[in-house]
Amino acid sequence: MAKVTLEFEKPIFELEQKVEEMRKYADNPDIAQEIEKIEKRVNQLQRSIFSGLTRWQKVQLARHPERPYTLDYINLMTTDFLELHGDRTFKDDKAIVAGFAKLDGHRVMMIGHQKGRDTKSNLYRNFGMPNPEGYRKALRLMKLAEKFKKPVITLLDTPGAFPGLEAEERGQAEAIARNLYEMSHLKVPIIVVIIGEGASGGALGIGVGDRILMLEYSWYSVISPESCSSILWRSWDYKEQAAEALQLTAPDLKKQGIIDEIVPEPLGGAQRDHAKAAAILKGQLLAELKHLSKIKIDKLIEKRIEKFSKMGEFSG
Amino acid sequence: MAWFRRSKENIAPATAKKEMPDGMWTKCDKCDEIIHKMELEQHMYTCPKCDRHFRIGSKEYFKILFDDGTFKEYDHKMRSVDPLKFKDTKRYRERIPDAIKKTGLYDAVRWGTGKMNERNVVIACMDFAFIGGSMGSVVGEKIGRAIDRGWKTKTPVIIVSSSGGARMMEGAYSLMQMAKTSAKLARLGDAGIPFISILTDPTTGGVTASYSMLGDVNLAEPGALIGFAGPRVIKQTIGKDLPPGFQRSEFLLEHGFVDMIVHRKEMKGTVSTLLSLMTQ
Repeated sequence: MAKVTLEFEKPIFELEQKVEEMRKYADNPDIAQEIEKIEKRVNQLQRSIFSGLTRWQKVQLARHPERPYTLDYINLMTTDFLELHGDRTFKDDKAIVAGFAKLDGHRVMMIGHQKGRDTKSNLYRNFGMPNPEGYRKALRLMKLAEKFKKPVITLLDTPGAFPGLEAEERGQAEAIARNLYEMSHLKVPIIVVIIGEGASGGALGIGVGDRILMLEYSWYSVISPESCSSILWRSWDYKEQAAEALQLTAPDLKKQGIIDEIVPEPLGGAQRDHAKAAAILKGQLLAELKHLSKIKIDKLIEKRIEKFSKMGEFSG
Repeated sequence: MAWFRRSKENIAPATAKKEMPDGMWTKCDKCDEIIHKMELEQHMYTCPKCDRHFRIGSKEYFKILFDDGTFKEYDHKMRSVDPLKFKDTKRYRERIPDAIKKTGLYDAVRWGTGKMNERNVVIACMDFAFIGGSMGSVVGEKIGRAIDRGWKTKTPVIIVSSSGGARMMEGAYSLMQMAKTSAKLARLGDAGIPFISILTDPTTGGVTASYSMLGDVNLAEPGALIGFAGPRVIKQTIGKDLPPGFQRSEFLLEHGFVDMIVHRKEMKGTVSTLLSLMTQ
């Protein structure tokens, strides 16, 4: 059972705890029956709570500290994963991980942002906030995938590109821009999955592809609700309104024509069942790979550029 | 309580004097030189004494770059439709007409075709005056169309940037304009058509992290603020003061992200020479 409970999950956990205690006396048929009843109620409650989540609550789920991260998905979905390191110019950025792996019959290049779970690993991973060398490592390995004609799968989960002094010195903007440019015409299929937080250019920096998938409780936007609140409301207190205004959830982005598919999560969120979440995603990825492998590469690139060209709303 | 009550209006604040180009006189905010409007125009809105480059808009820049009478503008009236019905302290639906009224522009970029020293070019130029030069659907679409025009007619593309970044009020749509413009540049690049990026004060955020940094050649005006994260955010992150000159053109030249720093008066000549060297 998860250790971290979000405010809106509390009624569910209280019931679950009760069930847990009652299990000690499950030999008693009356109690066993009672357990069954309560479990049904838990399920109902969970369904009703999760069908009415606000955008801010979904943002909280996307940031849940027990949510599966890139390496969890890679370990659960693939075999023979070999992590490859470094941008060959400056250093190895721990906030982005990448390497070849096997996804059933497909040999693929897996690339994703990597967060840490505790203070120590978060410092090691820089909270999943890449520096320029992270984007350059990703690009180097995408080029490697291109060379050996292997599809690229990227998993997006970052609170943003790191806004530091040295990141600026080494060209954070150029690194992201270069990736957008190169991914636009990379000669292998690219599948992008937003698995948690998709914060702005830091996420998009590995987010250009032929198919864009988004997990049910992830978010993707031009800015985080907190930063949006601080800039437009000049206070940190309007993050909930900002999340609503930004329309940053999976159904929102599907409606806006920015993502192609919403990948469902286990009831209660991916953090409750990593294996199931990974199995669902894997099924979707295999279907996408099968479909993309049938399209000639020139046509695929043409369609990719067309796809992004269509995004936007204007008049005149 | 004050001893004397002011009978007339307050003395106008100092900032009002610096506003340009409304009044006849402008004070340089770097060296305090008082400059007459005519002289300022003659010097292409740079300070004759200290070379400070003042912020200008597309109207002035088109005049500087295009040969007289050759400029033809496209998509002039394209405007935002507020796709998210965005509301913060003010509705975006109200912000747009207010900005249009204030600036006489329809959004933060204009583009057109014309001649530069008798060579056909496509130029897009951003206007910082329009909601901080922020990039939403309209900016992305117009930049994209400018690039496509260059691609279809095999004409060099020049983009003059000045922007605070992506426009928050269009959410993920704004973010996607980075991908859209970069994708179109990839296609332009694959066709072997030159793209010159001119970075002016200030160019930050999503605009820097897309087309502005993707020039075959990146040119910057002297002293322009150019970066990904804004200085205030970086200062907060590292908890230290930033070194002098940080994120200025000269800093980017030193770190290898712009090719040249070019004075506004030399810009047209430099771009022309570059294009003549890069093409047949």
